[in-house]
Amino acid sequence: MAMTITEKILAKAAGKDKVVPDQLINANIDIIMCHDVTTPPAISMLAEKAIDKVFDREKIVVTPDHFQPAKDIKSAELHKRLDDWAKRHNIKHYYKLGRAGVCHALLPEQGHIRPGEVIIGGDSHTCTYGAFAAFSTGVGSTDLAAALATGELWFKVPASIKFVLAGSLSHGVYSKDVILAVIARIGVDGALYRAMEFVGPALAEMSMEARMTITNMAIEAGAKNGIIGFDNVTKQYLDEHLKDKTDYTVYESDDDAEYISVEQFDCAEIEPMVALPHLPSGGVPITECAGKAMDQAYIGSCTNGRIEDLRIAAKIFKGKQAAIRTLIVPATPVIWKQAKDEGLFDIFYDAGCVISAPTCGACLGGFMGILAAGEKCISTTNRNFVGRMGSPKSEVYLASPATAAASAIEGKLTDPRGYI
Amino acid sequence: MAKAHVYKRDHINTDEIMPARYLNTDDRAELAKHCLEDLDSDFVNKVEAGDCIVAGEDFGCGSSREHAVWAIRTVGVQTVIAKSFARIFYRNAINNGFYLIELPAALEKISDGDELEIDYKNGLIKNKTAGIDIKFNPLPDFALEIINAGGLLNHITTKMK
Ligand code: SF4
Repeated sequence: MAMTITEKILAKAAGKDKVVPDQLINANIDIIMCHDVTTPPAISMLAEKAIDKVFDREKIVVTPDHFQPAKDIKSAELHKRLDDWAKRHNIKHYYKLGRAGVCHALLPEQGHIRPGEVIIGGDSHTCTYGAFAAFSTGVGSTDLAAALATGELWFKVPASIKFVLAGSLSHGVYSKDVILAVIARIGVDGALYRAMEFVGPALAEMSMEARMTITNMAIEAGAKNGIIGFDNVTKQYLDEHLKDKTDYTVYESDDDAEYISVEQFDCAEIEPMVALPHLPSGGVPITECAGKAMDQAYIGSCTNGRIEDLRIAAKIFKGKQAAIRTLIVPATPVIWKQAKDEGLFDIFYDAGCVISAPTCGACLGGFMGILAAGEKCISTTNRNFVGRMGSPKSEVYLASPATAAASAIEGKLTDPRGYI
Repeated sequence: MAKAHVYKRDHINTDEIMPARYLNTDDRAELAKHCLEDLDSDFVNKVEAGDCIVAGEDFGCGSSREHAVWAIRTVGVQTVIAKSFARIFYRNAINNGFYLIELPAALEKISDGDELEIDYKNGLIKNKTAGIDIKFNPLPDFALEIINAGGLLNHITTKMK
């Protein structure tokens, strides 16, 4: 029987020939991502049950990122619990301060994501890794604890929605604009419990970085996972990054696989988008909201804190001044060093931006750029919920790095196409 | 008897239920002090053990933080009744042995302050204030199995032994 790529990966992980949507399965997990907010409670839960073991010390990747470097005593204690546990179990892939980075940028960059595998993480944006033709989804601490101990987890097989991304992106339009347009159309629960499968020629023109921006935000439409098939771009990235270069399995959706619905997008018609507060589905073209005054710009996060994003921002900032507080947050140490070596930091410095160490920081309202009541932030992150970046009375506007940089220079929402 | 705290809103997200600024701890009593703070800052003062939260679509969307479920439970809420739930929140609740009620007519049949009596086994909410009986579909068997075990970890530890 015909299956989608998501169904094929889950069938393999469950040791079955086939699975169908809504079927309950027990799947073997290939990689587990652990960070500083949701893993310490999972560790405590296991300790309470007197289960002090991990299923495979080589299949767990640990990085503190949300409050790292520790922002206060309490977060330092979370980090210490994570650190003690990682050392006690001799976790092979443990990225400590200096090598730690925003989890969803770090794992692919460090070569932990392989096609055809099942990855879970104690973080909702774990769906990012689906850009590599893998099944990847976010879980809470109890699921994480269970998976750490047993290496397996129950899932309900999701039905898939196919998103056909036709056409080519216009100048000044990026994958962030595409995913904001997708979510604006289907809503924040438009893909609830579903797999979002992205196909179409527009993807072929996108780098892995750009594709990760798309799958990163699948959760913002309520999806269980986002997934993009394997091609030469995927292969090249993996050839350069994979830790374990042994053969991986590439799955593809069958031509006659069943989808619960199909959504068509002509990417040539998508404009730079801004998601207005307070939902990621609040996307409107920049032409409809330009001119609104901002107080801060934030360029970073697992959505848009990769080198390609920083290059785009630097191109726009070159020789210009930021009119508002602007934070540049390279997502990982490798990205940080690359940006420095390429001279991007000089451009950001000259423009009056703050350059931060890799951290989730202000993306989730943790620290390093928190908003006061009444303040507005143009941000390359993925969520603009009430209070997400600080005061419940602040506002977050989501956009691409280009739109964020142009808006930082003008101090108001600005169409980036005038700058590139 | 359970009092209903009704929020006529869709997409009540985990940032509102448990703001990230408090996630530097997983101490449940500490988290509970801020339960629903960015949605209704008075909630923790008015909620009593056994009460229910009633809401619209997609309750619990956003971050995977289980802290949201822990906070709601720790303040004593017995169940959340919503038109629908976000996926990770739903899993987290079941994994904690916390019963959720999916009820498409939640906001039409229950008003703020209504007194409810809930029969989980038979899928029936008696709205004492409105004088009506409301049927709901009990959770699927696999979820009940986990809930009856007292959560996922109990469930797997029994299996591991
Ligand atoms: S960068 Fe933001 S969205 Fe991404 S993992 Fe960190 S807190 Fe979550």
